Amino acid sequence: MITETAPPEVQKRSQRRHIDDNVIRNLGLVGVLILLIVVGIITKPDLYSDPTWVKNNFLTILQQASAIGVVTVGMTFVIIGGGIDLSVGAIIALAGVWATTLATQSYGAAGMIFTALVVGICVGLVNGVLISYGKLVPFIATLAMLVAARGLAAQISGKQTQVSANTTINDIASTKLLGIPLLVWILALVVAAGWVLLNRTTFGRRTVAVGGNPEAARLAGINIKRHTLLLYALSGLCCGIAAIMLTSQATSAQAAMANLYELDAIAAAIIGGTLLSGGRGTIIGALFGVLVFSTITNLFAINNLSTEVQNMVKGGIIVLAVLIQQFRFRSVTQLLKR
Amino acid sequence: MTIPAPRESSEDVVLRLTDVVKTFPGVRALDGVQLEVRAGEVHCLLGQNGAGKSTLIKTLAGVHHADGGEITWLGEPFAPATPQAAMRAGIATIYQELDLVDDLSIAENAFLGHEQTRFGFTKRRSTASRTKEILTRLGHGEIPPRQAVRSLPAAGKQIVSMARALSHDAKLIVMDEPSAVLAHDEVENLFRIIRELTAENIAVIYISHRLEEIREIGDRVTVLKDGRTTAANLPARTTPTRDLVSKMTGRTIEYVFPPRRTLEEKPPLLVVDGLTREHEFADVSLTVAPGEIVGIAGLVGSGRSELLETIFGARRPDSGTITLDGKRIRSLGTAVRKGMGMAPEERKSQALLLDEPIYKNMTLSSFSGFARAGFTDAAGERKAAERTADQLELRPRDVMRPVRTLSGGNQQKVVVGRWLLGDTRLLLLDEPTRGVDVGARAELYQVIQGLAENGVGVLLVSSEVPEVLGLSDRVLVMREGRMIREAPADQIDEDTVLDLVMAGSLMEGEPA
Repeated sequence: MITETAPPEVQKRSQRRHIDDNVIRNLGLVGVLILLIVVGIITKPDLYSDPTWVKNNFLTILQQASAIGVVTVGMTFVIIGGGIDLSVGAIIALAGVWATTLATQSYGAAGMIFTALVVGICVGLVNGVLISYGKLVPFIATLAMLVAARGLAAQISGKQTQVSANTTINDIASTKLLGIPLLVWILALVVAAGWVLLNRTTFGRRTVAVGGNPEAARLAGINIKRHTLLLYALSGLCCGIAAIMLTSQATSAQAAMANLYELDAIAAAIIGGTLLSGGRGTIIGALFGVLVFSTITNLFAINNLSTEVQNMVKGGIIVLAVLIQQFRFRSVTQLLKR
Repeated sequence: MTIPAPRESSEDVVLRLTDVVKTFPGVRALDGVQLEVRAGEVHCLLGQNGAGKSTLIKTLAGVHHADGGEITWLGEPFAPATPQAAMRAGIATIYQELDLVDDLSIAENAFLGHEQTRFGFTKRRSTASRTKEILTRLGHGEIPPRQAVRSLPAAGKQIVSMARALSHDAKLIVMDEPSAVLAHDEVENLFRIIRELTAENIAVIYISHRLEEIREIGDRVTVLKDGRTTAANLPARTTPTRDLVSKMTGRTIEYVFPPRRTLEEKPPLLVVDGLTREHEFADVSLTVAPGEIVGIAGLVGSGRSELLETIFGARRPDSGTITLDGKRIRSLGTAVRKGMGMAPEERKSQALLLDEPIYKNMTLSSFSGFARAGFTDAAGERKAAERTADQLELRPRDVMRPVRTLSGGNQQKVVVGRWLLGDTRLLLLDEPTRGVDVGARAELYQVIQGLAENGVGVLLVSSEVPEVLGLSDRVLVMREGRMIREAPADQIDEDTVLDLVMAGSLMEGEPA
């Protein structure tokens, strides 16, 4: 622990480092994105020579990032707040399946969207209650929910793929606004709302406090149980939104949908600079994390490479990103020690 | 005890530092340190926070490497490359935050890093028996070597740290504020161990903020200021306090309390009646009036901190009531809303978000009040924090700086400032000056008194009896979870309080 005051010049420097840290990290992720695009240009120069293809491919990358991006925003809040949500993929499956049952579809598009969002929030609330009031470790509570929610989804759907007959829902994925897919607009909206919520509201301030030092937050009069509950509900809401987005893309829902989304969302949040122990993280970083993954997927797709190789590269990128962050973090702490 | 005559063997110097310099980018942490330690002496190191004590002991421990000057150890030039090298050379360091592995046994901790092995298997039995020998030598043969360290209290952990030092055959043991985690009677035991170590010709470098300890255990004192030795080898018992303080601060600070005020009679703000929590405290009743400072004296473990946390609503009482301004307090939320604030004992782990800026730490309990429709008002918070920073003479005043970079005293001001920002009417302070240097202490005392003058009621807990007596209007003495005495501060003296606190028995056999 550092108890001693550093002289002014060091303090000034450490402070500057502190503020710039997130910006530098995000710039690093932008660098990775550019690098991936350069690799794309080198491996497929013929494709990249066509401006229309480049534009469409860019929009494809964004569209592929949209659902997982929405989930990652919720996940980032949960992790900053000192928790983890392993059940996001399962919540999406349950919300998607519930929204596409024949009974729900009879209420029309609004009924389906409403159902998906309410299912997401409710499952999130159950997670939150188990963790805040049942004092379960977040890892265990949401792991149990992962298993249970997918089980319920399979039960409801009878393990069948439920086709959406609602054209309004199905059109969401194909609609464009100002030349940009509606799904990308939804992602942009959720990211913007997430940023404001984290950086400009009391909810965001509480999230950082509860994750950074729960005891200090509690003794300052913050109701950490209620806040933790709300964080998981928020994550559930994001899953509900993502469920509609994915259902629209596939024009169907099934119990196996959004498989392993929890891992992608956690990985994206972490390489975006969110501290797994809580108290620190950014929405913009998380967005870049998602974009890096979706660009890699795209890069492998245009080169006709297998998903197996792709997964290996993804794993490598996660390790590399965290290693770089630890290195940076260490250099900052060392600087402060002086 | 009579002052011992200089020991004959103490003349041989084991460690000598000449003009030692250690620079980090942008700062000379050590800028010409002289230090001379003799075998068998207790050499005290004094200095304010930031004077370079930590850097100095880390240099000796092989964590940092000196850039200039000369270190000789047992007559040879000494530059340990790693902490292990320093250990092997016979220099052991006991850090303030004890570096023990909680889930390993006492014996495993004592021999951590140099386990006794045969063919790669640990020799459990001989490790345990050697640990037992060392513990017996430390006067604690009753501690079972195979017990997990987790089960020990702070004082016991410190003994394990010392056992680790002795397992290396240390000839010099550096102790960084060892008494900070100990209660009064445990400090006595620490001193007894130190006396036994020095009798075996082991040298001790002792760091403490408490002058009275230095008087009791120290032989010689070296004072550091801004990385430089400002006075070396002063006699620990006879050098006047004024001299020591002026060497530390470069100016003459009186370690004094603000003058006592006259209090007008007012109906009580806080009424605690028959408060009980099993195994912690029983049947505690007390009152605090607006503008009154009430001090609770008692040992660590007497139930003081638990009492404060219960009054604050952070723990649920088994029975009894807490009333603030006529309203019952049943939860922490109501306590804060009704104007109660608390600065807990463990600043870093219980009160601060170390990586967040000062202003966000200051507004941690009031940011909702600044917010409009859920949107925070960062500019408004900053302005209010700056005003509070001025009021508290916070240094540095820049409220955007992360709290981590502040000294202990200034971190405490941030915590107190938090409750100044809300309309706090009753402030609970648990060990407000722990780890705070002399200069900053006087400032904190003034802050606390200033609060009381503005009508805030203060309930204060401290292990340091002079602090309780000097600061409070009324003193409560607590022992083993019960209030055993209540008196106006000017009608009770330090000896009486100490006597009550320790029930007489623990001081028996100890020379005055």
